[in-house]
Amino acid sequence: MSKKVKKFDDDPNTTGHSWDGIEEFDNPMPRWWLWTFYATIIWGIGYTIAYPAWPGIQAATAGVLGWNSRALVAEEIAAVEEANAPINARLVETELTEIAADADLNGYAVSSGAAVFKTWCAQCHGAGAAGAKGYPNLLDDDWLWGGTMEDIHVTVTHGIRNEESDEARYSEMPAFGRDELLEKEEIDQVVNFVMSLSGEPQDASKVDAGAVIFADNCASCHMEDGTGDRFQGAPNLADAIWLYGGDYDTLTETIYNSRYGVMPPWNTRLSEAQIRAVSAYVHQLGGGE
Amino acid sequence: MSNYIKLIALGLITLFAMIATNYARDLAYQVHAIIVMLVAGGLFLYTLRHTDEPVAATGSLQREYFDSVVRYGVIATAFWGVVGFLVGVYIAFQLAFPVLNFDWAQGFANFGRLRPLHTSAVIFAFGGNALLATSFYVVQRTSAARLWGGNLAWFVFWGYQLFIVLAATGYLLGGTQSKEYAEPEWYVDLWLTVVWVAYLAVFLGTVIKRKEPHIYVANWFYLAFIVTVAMLHVVNNLTIPVSIWGSKSVIVWAGVQDAMVQWWYGHNAVGFFLTAGFLGMMYYFVPKQAERPVFSYKLSIIHFWALIFLYIWAGPHHLHYTALPDWASTLGMVFSIVLWMPSWGGMINGLMTLSGAWDKLRTDPVIRMMVISIGFYGMSTFEGPMMSIRAVNSLSHYTDWTIGHVHSGALGWNGMITFGALYFLVPVLWKRERLYSLSLVSWHFWLATIGIILYAASMWVTGIMEGLMWREVDANGFLVNSFADTVAAKFPMYVVRALGGVMFLAGALIMCYNLWMTVRRAPAKEASLTVAVPAE
Repeated sequence: MSKKVKKFDDDPNTTGHSWDGIEEFDNPMPRWWLWTFYATIIWGIGYTIAYPAWPGIQAATAGVLGWNSRALVAEEIAAVEEANAPINARLVETELTEIAADADLNGYAVSSGAAVFKTWCAQCHGAGAAGAKGYPNLLDDDWLWGGTMEDIHVTVTHGIRNEESDEARYSEMPAFGRDELLEKEEIDQVVNFVMSLSGEPQDASKVDAGAVIFADNCASCHMEDGTGDRFQGAPNLADAIWLYGGDYDTLTETIYNSRYGVMPPWNTRLSEAQIRAVSAYVHQLGGGE
Repeated sequence: MSNYIKLIALGLITLFAMIATNYARDLAYQVHAIIVMLVAGGLFLYTLRHTDEPVAATGSLQREYFDSVVRYGVIATAFWGVVGFLVGVYIAFQLAFPVLNFDWAQGFANFGRLRPLHTSAVIFAFGGNALLATSFYVVQRTSAARLWGGNLAWFVFWGYQLFIVLAATGYLLGGTQSKEYAEPEWYVDLWLTVVWVAYLAVFLGTVIKRKEPHIYVANWFYLAFIVTVAMLHVVNNLTIPVSIWGSKSVIVWAGVQDAMVQWWYGHNAVGFFLTAGFLGMMYYFVPKQAERPVFSYKLSIIHFWALIFLYIWAGPHHLHYTALPDWASTLGMVFSIVLWMPSWGGMINGLMTLSGAWDKLRTDPVIRMMVISIGFYGMSTFEGPMMSIRAVNSLSHYTDWTIGHVHSGALGWNGMITFGALYFLVPVLWKRERLYSLSLVSWHFWLATIGIILYAASMWVTGIMEGLMWREVDANGFLVNSFADTVAAKFPMYVVRALGGVMFLAGALIMCYNLWMTVRRAPAKEASLTVAVPAE
């Protein structure tokens, strides 16, 4: 640690102190550094005059430019809303089924609806609307509660099986296992029958017994051929499209515990124009009827 | 006599911790009570065994520097560094591949629990130990005095390690007050306060009994760091515990005032912990390693006071376009921009100290490490004021750009200057002639540098991309992208970032090996000067 500091003949003077061998040159501050520092101070003073800055007892200085971040955002939102007001009014007045025929209106509804969807619906149905386990895929033509503009509009407006809206779509599948409506063996058989509807039973010898159980317990909602009933939101079991899964274990779980998928009502959060727009967006994704 | 008082105190603490374990209302508190019980009980037994034993004469020690605590600090710095980097790499992969949030690990090793573990491990455990060790080393050498307070320095070191363990286990078990960089709960905060006051006493005591006529600039920065962090810590952690038997507490500040206090704290944790404290390191180790005088005394005094005065007001720039009033936001931005030159004063003084020794960049990878550290310091202290401008912030805020900015500062500036200091300290503290291998230092340098560049560049790209995607609207004013779209788009950059982290971690592991081998294998140095004598 006793290494000597290297010095050159043209070195500037030091301040004369030394700490553990460290010395300090008596160099002036770099000019450009000092002047840039001054410049930022002067700019800072100017900026605090122009913009709201210095707090007082009652209020802060408002700034000579009158800049206000809350007013600015309110202005921006108001400008967009004002520009869209006429077409929003038209969207609300037009019959749901006639929106698609009006190219201007439909284009607006779909782009507006896409934004609504990406903000409010994507969390469950996915940004691309392809759904996830328990959340229906909206890109296909397999609908639980119906795929016409009116059907979609009702579903979005009131939601499904929620407690907020009295008009929410409602139905409830019994928990056949938990509530002891069916024996374990019977569930095993009916699962095999349901799998046979879309062509893949786990154990073909149980299918016939399962068919009897299905006819007695399930056909009232899912229909005798298993094609489902949209009035009750009872899924089609014959099309190999599954909301929770069509494998043996998932079907057993579904029949044992039942399912109770919930969707909130959106008329408390979205305007009628937004609901119509998002309905139009979903309708044109591929499966609209 | 003092041993008897110690025994009574330790006995009472052990007893209280037992009671607390019994009545604990939550797991984090219970585990902490057990840790405290074991530590206090162990110390009780240790003290008991040493009571009334003959004490070795310590008279001659008083003339020597107190370096054993610095050696422990160096080891702790390297250890916590590796831990912090490792957790960082893991959570970076968790972001790229969410499947790494294993089901069986939910509730303690998912991203949300590990993220504060990573930030605290690198800032407070790695950075904090680096500051403790170097400040104890530097203040002794530049004051030509042994550390004041005898074993108090040991209390500071081990007390700080206990704080780290309590904080880290608390995060994993859910004991957090959810304030960024101030997550530990009330009793951990109280403990840190005690340790910190002791730290201030040791440091200040040593400065006061110095044998040099003047206080060296590094010590101004260290002292500013210690004093200001004490104030920030106390004000931001004013909480009322829900129960003395539980970890939960309620902060006294409400709403936007809480947010403002939090970011006043948060930004000055950067300003005083990661900037002022590390400038103290820079002001000692750069001139030492370069063997040249500091460039300008005048610059150091002006930029010190300007930095200290301005930094403390810059916090509101973390809250642009929020519930914070516009006036506070303006002031935060203006002070941040005026802070630009005072920050750069440190960079100029560091880099210009090398004038006359630039040739060392070719031959000495340790100096290279310090220089690139100062380079990253200059870059981040330009980027920071730029990002504080409201118009820029409206794009950058909440995006990965912020993460990139923090890491170019933390990995580049704090990491590299600490590595440089460790490479300087280990041969001196273990009395070795030189490091075990300079080529391994070069490997570390390049791995770390390329790692940081991958990290920062990928975060710039993904940050600006997601900022632009968030604000993208169509002709009718409607949003074009969903949040999930932006997350999906970031995937490739997340992988690049994680790879950058792997390289940085690999460099740190090489450093640990090199330092270990320096202690084990490098040739010993003959009787070196560890006696406190004023330099001139």
